Amino acid sequence: MHFVVCIKQVPNTTKVRIDPETNTLVRAGVESIVNPFDENALEMALVLKEQNPGSKVTAVCMGPPQAADALKECVARGVDDVILLCDRAVAGSDTWATSYAIAQAVKSLPEPADLLLFGKQAIDGDTAQVGPGVAEHLGLPCITFVRAAKIAEPGRIALERVWEDGWEEIVSPLPAAVTVLKEANVPRLPSLRGKMAAKKLQIPLTTAEAIHADPAKIGLKASPTRVVRIFSPPQKTGGEKWTGLSGEEAGTKLAAALQDRKII
Amino acid sequence: MALKIDLENCIGCGSCVSACPFGALALNADGKAEVNEACRMCGSCVDACPVGAITLEKEAAAGTDDLASYKGLWVYAEQRDGALHEVVFELLGKGRELASAMGCPLSAVLLGHGVEGLADALFAHGADQVFLVDDPALEKYSSEPYAEAMCALIEKHRPAAILAGATTAGRSFIPRVAVREHTGLTADCTGLAINADGLLEQTRPAFGGNIMAAILCPDHRPQMATVRPKVFAPAPAEEGRKGVLVREELSLAPPVVQVVKTVRALENELNVTQADIVVSGGRGLGKSENFALLRELADALGGAAIGASRAAVDAEWISAFHQVGQTGKTVRPKLYIACGISGQIQHLVGMNSAETIVAINKDPDAPIFDVADIGIVGDLFEVVPALIRALKQG
Ligand SMILES: Cc1cc2nc3c(=O)[nH]c(=O)nc-3n(C[C@H](O)[C@H](O)[C@H](O)COP(=O)(O)OP(=O)(O)OC[C@H]3O[C@@H](n4cnc5c(N)ncnc54)[C@H](O)[C@@H]3O)c2cc1C
Ligand SMILES: Cc1cc2nc3c(=O)[nH]c(=O)nc-3n(C[C@H](O)[C@H](O)[C@H](O)COP(=O)(O)OP(=O)(O)OC[C@H]3O[C@@H](n4cnc5c(N)ncnc54)[C@H](O)[C@@H]3O)c2cc1C
Repeated sequence: MHFVVCIKQVPNTTKVRIDPETNTLVRAGVESIVNPFDENALEMALVLKEQNPGSKVTAVCMGPPQAADALKECVARGVDDVILLCDRAVAGSDTWATSYAIAQAVKSLPEPADLLLFGKQAIDGDTAQVGPGVAEHLGLPCITFVRAAKIAEPGRIALERVWEDGWEEIVSPLPAAVTVLKEANVPRLPSLRGKMAAKKLQIPLTTAEAIHADPAKIGLKASPTRVVRIFSPPQKTGGEKWTGLSGEEAGTKLAAALQDRKII
Repeated sequence: MALKIDLENCIGCGSCVSACPFGALALNADGKAEVNEACRMCGSCVDACPVGAITLEKEAAAGTDDLASYKGLWVYAEQRDGALHEVVFELLGKGRELASAMGCPLSAVLLGHGVEGLADALFAHGADQVFLVDDPALEKYSSEPYAEAMCALIEKHRPAAILAGATTAGRSFIPRVAVREHTGLTADCTGLAINADGLLEQTRPAFGGNIMAAILCPDHRPQMATVRPKVFAPAPAEEGRKGVLVREELSLAPPVVQVVKTVRALENELNVTQADIVVSGGRGLGKSENFALLRELADALGGAAIGASRAAVDAEWISAFHQVGQTGKTVRPKLYIACGISGQIQHLVGMNSAETIVAINKDPDAPIFDVADIGIVGDLFEVVPALIRALKQG
């Protein structure tokens, strides 16, 4: 079987700030990592490969040339094949155009995909829209927020998908797409052999033309959404701070304060 | 986009005329097909033409055609097992305000099976119109038939904007709808307004809540947004308020994805997103058993939901259903008590709009104190038991 994992390279988010002068994102000095949820999607694919002998895992990434590092990380963990879609023409894509481009990249793979795996969401853009979007472009069913997957019988996959207040067991025909939660698994570390393979690897850059992407459907001009402004969130300022009280005093004072303020 | 008819090849059979859902095609005096301005580029005629004389030419970077024909504001009335999701009332609240600014009616879209009875609640909370698709394929949620139904309604009624909750269901099928309708979708919005040009300005957090972005969808319709629950105030109910129920028959194909079993994990517990008071614990609790102390506090407060930081969830002290924050739930209770939680940004984005925040932490520099209305620098194992005693006496 062929498992295809979509990998986004992201900045290590907590450090991203807005430059108050220029009002742009400060990205300098921020290291790039594989989107954490994509590591869980990757782990799920690798386990499925082990459970289904003769299978193969391909990682697909759209990003700048340095995103090759993210794909090397995947190879180090056991991915068989990678494709890096890297083309100025896809720059500025919103989730509509991103999902179209990734769908085209998946279509261009020499072997058709049985299962597409996505992270639950990217920790920078945070939309969680690319997975269902790619599935729609490819006409595949998409099961979101998945924490467990198993090939039940040929051509069908058994899944556990999580809701706000519980979970569901689902069976879907293949091919299909899933978005994967963090709680699904603990991603493996790269093996020594994998690291060696990754080190030697030269990842060619795939152009939009090579995946037969319609130029009218990629990049900023094909993106229906426009980010018109970015700004820092308003900071909530703290109220009272009680220090130096004993536990007993603080507890009593708090109970009184909650009652005084009619909160309870 | 443009519809091209090759008059050389056209045999004047009229197949396209009967295939067109919009009456946009007719045979002219020469017996050849001719297209008029009612054409919506749906492509039905392209498929119907037996000689391949009709083509749809797509031009670069075109937006939605005939933007002005898209009118009205829709709210997706999410229901599961016959109960409306609370976010629906919040969407109706905000939706009423936006609809007034847009000068248009407010409609709700209700999808499901045997759910017609929910329409009254939607009218009472401000919907002028309810579009209902009642179909066996919508009995259990799965993204494909839900997307199918929503797309059919959009194509028929052409709303200017659609709001849906940024819930599990909303974030699953609404992105499919936006892709199929070739329009923009802003994710997980926390701010919505109508700008000077009459466009829906959507504000959302990105980068884990570190930055906010204002987003427009100028050239495509409908303008679509998923909206974070617990951000907007719910619409008040006006009993007996009436509206128009529009039933749509679609005969949807049965879902390809089969739900085999559904488990409710929080059967006997309050859900953090619904409770008025949330008592939350973090790594400072030290071990799983210490959540019992928080449950005791919850009881002393007369009932409260138990929340947790991701550190506590990752340590497997409590299930992920209790997690508050960027990758957990967003809560907006009247009172949030954070015990042994440092207050990293990913936690804060999930709870900083609580009305009153109390933090108990032994580190005076913990960032949680920056958002706390009452911050207590102290040991939670001393403060919480004293608080419980005081509450029981008081
Ligand atoms: C501040 C800001 C706000 C934005 N808001 C919106 C918005 O509301 N709506 C909108 O349409 N666009 C928005 N965008 C654009 C959006 O971030 C980009 O389109 C981005 O390429 C994909 O979205 P995401 O990061 O949210 O990915 P998500 O949809 O969260 O990603 C889900 C999964 O898809 C896969 N994936 C995503 N991107 C790639 C990739 N490049 N290569 C391989 N796999 C990938 C991964 O498996 C990932 O885990 C915004 C951009 C910025 C800077
Ligand atoms: C992509 C991403 C998504 C994330 N999503 C979430 C999310 O949804 N929710 C979330 O919570 N986190 C999330 N996190 C993790 C977040 O960054 C923090 O790691 C996490 O919130 C820390 O949990 P904590 O405050 O319980 O633990 P810590 O940061 O370790 O803090 C423990 C606190 O307890 C205090 N303490 C210890 N003992 C006592 C005592 N006896 N009495 C009083 N105080 C005591 C300490 O002073 C300390 O401040 C996310 C991280 C990433 C990268």
